[in-house]
Amino acid sequence: MTTAAFSFGRVGAMCLRHFYVLRGSWPRLVEMAYWPTMQMIIWGFFSTFLYQNSSWLAGAFGVLIAAVMLWDVLFRGQLGFSLSFLEELWSRNLANLYCSPLTPSEHVVSLFTMALIRALIGVVPAMVLAIPFYHFSIFSLGLPLGAFFFSLLLMGCSMGMVVTAMILRFGLAAENLAWFIVFLLAPVSAVYYPVSVLPGWLQVVAHLLPSSYVFEGMRAEMFDHVFRWDLFLASLGLNAVYLLIGLGIYLWSFSRARQLGLLLQVGE
Amino acid sequence: MAESPTHHPETTAVESPSAVISVKDLAKQFRDVTAVDGIGFTIDRGQTVALLGGNGAGKTTTISMLLGLLKPTRGTIRIFGLDLARHRHKVLGRMNFSSPYVDLPHRLTLRQNLMVFAKLYGLADARARIAELGVALELEALLDRRVGSLSAGQKTRGALAKALINRPELLLLDEPTASLDPDTADWVRHYLERYQQETHCAILLASHNMGEVERLAHRVLMLRQGKIVDSGSPDDLLFRYSRQNLEEVFLDIARDRRAAGAVAPQESLRVEDRA
Repeated sequence: MTTAAFSFGRVGAMCLRHFYVLRGSWPRLVEMAYWPTMQMIIWGFFSTFLYQNSSWLAGAFGVLIAAVMLWDVLFRGQLGFSLSFLEELWSRNLANLYCSPLTPSEHVVSLFTMALIRALIGVVPAMVLAIPFYHFSIFSLGLPLGAFFFSLLLMGCSMGMVVTAMILRFGLAAENLAWFIVFLLAPVSAVYYPVSVLPGWLQVVAHLLPSSYVFEGMRAEMFDHVFRWDLFLASLGLNAVYLLIGLGIYLWSFSRARQLGLLLQVGE
Repeated sequence: MAESPTHHPETTAVESPSAVISVKDLAKQFRDVTAVDGIGFTIDRGQTVALLGGNGAGKTTTISMLLGLLKPTRGTIRIFGLDLARHRHKVLGRMNFSSPYVDLPHRLTLRQNLMVFAKLYGLADARARIAELGVALELEALLDRRVGSLSAGQKTRGALAKALINRPELLLLDEPTASLDPDTADWVRHYLERYQQETHCAILLASHNMGEVERLAHRVLMLRQGKIVDSGSPDDLLFRYSRQNLEEVFLDIARDRRAAGAVAPQESLRVEDRA
């Protein structure tokens, strides 16, 4: 019987649990892909209009579509992480899990994996559909697309860890955080406009977020055809800091839950 | 009834070399509420010990601490000779539990749930073990049904299958026959007896069902307000309280009517542990 300090077998078991849920519920799969696709369609038409009326957009037609898709990577990553955790609370299964040899670190890695899978299920259909709809392929970005995706997914998971920590600490009353917390950062993430548009003090805030470097990097790639390593590395560095902070908050919250007896009765 | 000698909270227990659980001076304080107040006991291999007490006596809190779900305020828990605080993940693979406070995910079938837990416990023969439990617990026809579609009694049996998936050497059962009809409850008790005879596992049982405790338990720990106020075998308690059944003993203890000539619980425990 496995009693290793960290077991990928147990991570796989947790992913299998969520795979069973997804496989058994096609409405969930449709829902996951629905909003990113709708966003892509709306922003695609808007881009088509602006393309004919804006010299800025004429430089790179797909910049708004790419932005909306990458924003969804961040949103779906955070949501995928948080919802996979919430599934355990909704089904009153958390105590069963933490009475098994599953460690909090293994649980976090499994949630990270599920965030990746849910983000891919959410945004890949929209990315593919943009090709016949608007003759725009985000895949033409090549490897930089992978870099942007990876960096935003890391940021989403950091936020997911903080959200799950809050839910662990305050119960399902904090559930709504999973749905709106990421939008607090949207105005300062420079998704659709450069950081320079923001007032000075908000630029400082923007420069503390990995997402702003990713979206600036995306625009550099699309307008100037240059992969800005400096921006990518800055986003990775900030992500490393936020991942450590997120993990620390999650582990602290887990420890507090064990002190307060919340693992057995966390809920409303 | 005459007053027994002065009772002192149980704080020590003589540790036997075969002890599966050894608890010393265990306490849990939630702000100004003392849920468990310095209890101590041991459970040997092949032994069933029941925690008996009214609502809020500390049964579920004690089980939660033994599972590592709840950190004690003070005291030590050794399971399989290892300190739970330091070796939680080593011991959790050798034990399991069932409780009405938790569920299996309703959207998954019983087989899928058991497969996930089989993998969490690192079982190499997951499919065979699930099939074996399906037969043993008469769940074969239910394995491919979603847990959410099962009746309360079927869910309880499903939870028992999950609790047995890793062939545990220690089972912690909180109200294991809650919501079962008398026939099925009797069947489950019989299965637990047979499982224990075959595997010599230790069982800690929390129950309000006195008949169940009388039938399954080798020893009973009577809890009130977080303290072990008496202990002994069911026969011993019936004799000392001059009662016909454990329910009457339970009422005596709950209402603070003590046994005639009862020995102090600490001494009683030691006698049990020596036995």
